[in-house]
Amino acid sequence: MEQQGRELAQEIKVIVFQLGSEEYGVEVHQVLSIERMQKITRVPRTPAFVKGVINLRGVVTPVIDLRARFGLPEVEYTEDTRIVVVSVNDMEVGLIVDAANDVIDVPVNRIDPPPAVVGGVKADYLRGVAKLDDRLLVLLNLDRVLNAQEVAQLSAMSW
Amino acid sequence: MENSSYLHMFIEETKEHLQQLNEQLLILEKDHSDQEAIHAVFRSAHTIKGMAATMGFEPMVWVTHDMENVLDAIRNGRASITPDHMDVLFKAVDLLETQLAAVENGEDLNGIDTSEVVEELQRLLGESGGGEPVGPSPASAAAPGPAGAEAPPEGGSGPSAEGAVQAWQLDAFQESVAKEAKREGLGVLQILVRIDEGCVLKAARAYMVVDTCEEYGELVKVEPSVEELEQGKMDQEIRLLLILKRGTPEAVRDALMGISEVRHVSVEPWTAVAESVSPPPAATPKAGPAAKAAAQKEDLKAKASTRGLKSVRVDIERLDALMNLFSELVIDRTRIEELAKTSGHQELLATVEHMARISSDLQNLVMTIRMVPVETVFNRFPRMVRDLAREMGKQVEFVVRGGDTGLDRTVIDEIGDPLVHLLRNAVDHGLETPEERRAAGKPETGLVQLVAYHSGNQVFIEVSDDGRGVDREKVIRKAIERGLIDPGQANSLTDGQVYDLLFQPGFSTKEVVSDVSGRGVGLDVVKSKLEQVGGKVQVQSKPGQGTKWIIQLPLTLSIIQAMLVSIAGEKYAVPLHSIVETAVIARKDIRDLHGQQVIPFRGRVIPLIDLEQLYDLRRPEVRDEENVLIVRRGERYGAFIVDEFLGQQEIVLKSLGRYLQQVFSIAGATVLGDGQVALIIDCNAFLAA
Repeated sequence: MEQQGRELAQEIKVIVFQLGSEEYGVEVHQVLSIERMQKITRVPRTPAFVKGVINLRGVVTPVIDLRARFGLPEVEYTEDTRIVVVSVNDMEVGLIVDAANDVIDVPVNRIDPPPAVVGGVKADYLRGVAKLDDRLLVLLNLDRVLNAQEVAQLSAMSW
Repeated sequence: MENSSYLHMFIEETKEHLQQLNEQLLILEKDHSDQEAIHAVFRSAHTIKGMAATMGFEPMVWVTHDMENVLDAIRNGRASITPDHMDVLFKAVDLLETQLAAVENGEDLNGIDTSEVVEELQRLLGESGGGEPVGPSPASAAAPGPAGAEAPPEGGSGPSAEGAVQAWQLDAFQESVAKEAKREGLGVLQILVRIDEGCVLKAARAYMVVDTCEEYGELVKVEPSVEELEQGKMDQEIRLLLILKRGTPEAVRDALMGISEVRHVSVEPWTAVAESVSPPPAATPKAGPAAKAAAQKEDLKAKASTRGLKSVRVDIERLDALMNLFSELVIDRTRIEELAKTSGHQELLATVEHMARISSDLQNLVMTIRMVPVETVFNRFPRMVRDLAREMGKQVEFVVRGGDTGLDRTVIDEIGDPLVHLLRNAVDHGLETPEERRAAGKPETGLVQLVAYHSGNQVFIEVSDDGRGVDREKVIRKAIERGLIDPGQANSLTDGQVYDLLFQPGFSTKEVVSDVSGRGVGLDVVKSKLEQVGGKVQVQSKPGQGTKWIIQLPLTLSIIQAMLVSIAGEKYAVPLHSIVETAVIARKDIRDLHGQQVIPFRGRVIPLIDLEQLYDLRRPEVRDEENVLIVRRGERYGAFIVDEFLGQQEIVLKSLGRYLQQVFSIAGATVLGDGQVALIIDCNAFLAA
């Protein structure tokens, strides 16, 4: 019983979304909401992966394209495209993903450290890889993905 | 007594008394014979001494004790006030402020040297040839009030007797509550508590009394009221009507007696007025003129501290959140308005209209909540100007008006330093010495005024003096020396342009660099600081008659007036305060000057900012005639092409969020009526030096 209890406690709830054929996950407590694609106001002189800002119930929220952030080829937005709004280090940022439709529990003991590169994404941005029954879930390290200082530097450099 | 729980109260009250000391000393300095001011100063010093003694801050007691002696000698006519007195007393107040700051920061008071001030105070005392023997004794911390103010002996003519207790005036509600309780078989007690005469933290004692009573039941009436008690607005007595729910009357009495500095407690069963002979209200206990005097004293104190009461401190972030939610509501309102119009539903239209009115009231309310009166900043200036004047050997009358003018919290925080600078400037550079003034046929005492007022969506703060005025020739000479202007230009400059030179970095006309101002960091800093909060500063001056600095500030930072424009299909907002005008220019008038496009504008040539390139915009066509927006930052002008002017409107300024902190030339964003986000252009970025 005790053994089982501990194992249960060591599960994390993860929101799953797609980029191309890969499935990625962020912990549910970091996710504020999932929004449909909407009109984004472009912010000039920011890195290319910063798509701009949206009005999220009165709060102006920056939005980045996760494909562009990871250096993956960008695609046209479709009906399935979603903006996953996350909160990390007091920053609220929307992540544009191909689709988001699942919440699953991932046992911590199934998470392995990430290989150097997964589907073209550098290990730096990853927290680990979870092997579940028939799927492979890549867990993101949002602290690294959303680095305000890096954005500021890139903004200054690109002009 | 548990000190820590009263520390906060001690700090707040001492601050009030220190402010009072400063204010009254300033009055006293003007009029040495103002008895009221002498008494007020004495009272404040005395109160601080008593409180400090209770809290165990001995070094503060030493200082206030000697202050008291000096003041006492003045009060009794044993000494007359000299400028020396004033200086030493002010110094003592400064020392007390330093000590209080240490208390606040939890530092050791013994680390602050009091010997100098104490020696000076005692020297004054020696001069006046009297006063109590030096060195405070614990006994002297007790109130040396007039003998008549002694509380009447227990059981004497005082109000503890039956008759006085029956004089209680209950309103209908209180009476019915008390009667109801009696009917239910609960004991109703009338309680009289007398607090020790020498008690310093009366409000604290009163609080403990009320608190203790509430442990035993429900309080129907407290006299003086709880609000008055909190203000320390009371004599020695508190009367309470308690519905007893727990314990016995004896237990209540014992508990109340257990509070320190409580001198007398009487607990008696209450009887309704109708059941007994009701004595005339004149029987309300007020024990003679001495008690009246004491009441007046408390009244004065209460008056001084009524401000800021009955208020709640709210984190500014919460107000921002409220503002955010509110602007969201406004956007929805606009949508509903449109929907209602298309539907043509009359009742819906009427409701929406009502909602619009309420929301505009609500907006005003939210805005005013963020407002703080400018006097929170002005308060410290009288003292500062006085010190400066003494230091500079000048005579100054300082007048402050409009202290109640409200300004947004965020703006308030930023205007202190610029005002300090302008006031210093007025006393140091503006006013002449008394000799010079006499020679010029002016009164020796110069006038410095600080005035604040509202006008439209702006707040104006003016700092003016009746001094020598700005010397145009001197400014020009200096500007040529510094290479700011060509000698040839000099005569063609308007006065306004000349005065603006004062705001150039590193400009100072004072020939002798004084300790006070003229350190080179100066008006340019004032200007940029004010610009940061969307403000402006101008100078007006007449030679020989004086100088006036006019500061113009936005009422609030979160809502600004802006012009909406569209460029290549994107909407941007440009703050109105940086716009000079809108214009149409012919493409042929755009010239190329060393790789920079320029256009002619009112006799000058100004750069055309290439927003298309800067913002990576793709305008579909190049027109023969283009709309341009002329913007400025101080004396720097610039222009940029826009496709369309969409009109002027009030916008709510929002940040882009922490993820996008420093985006070049973007001051923030706003949400438009249709829910879209428009970026706000910070023109200053294009017009940087």
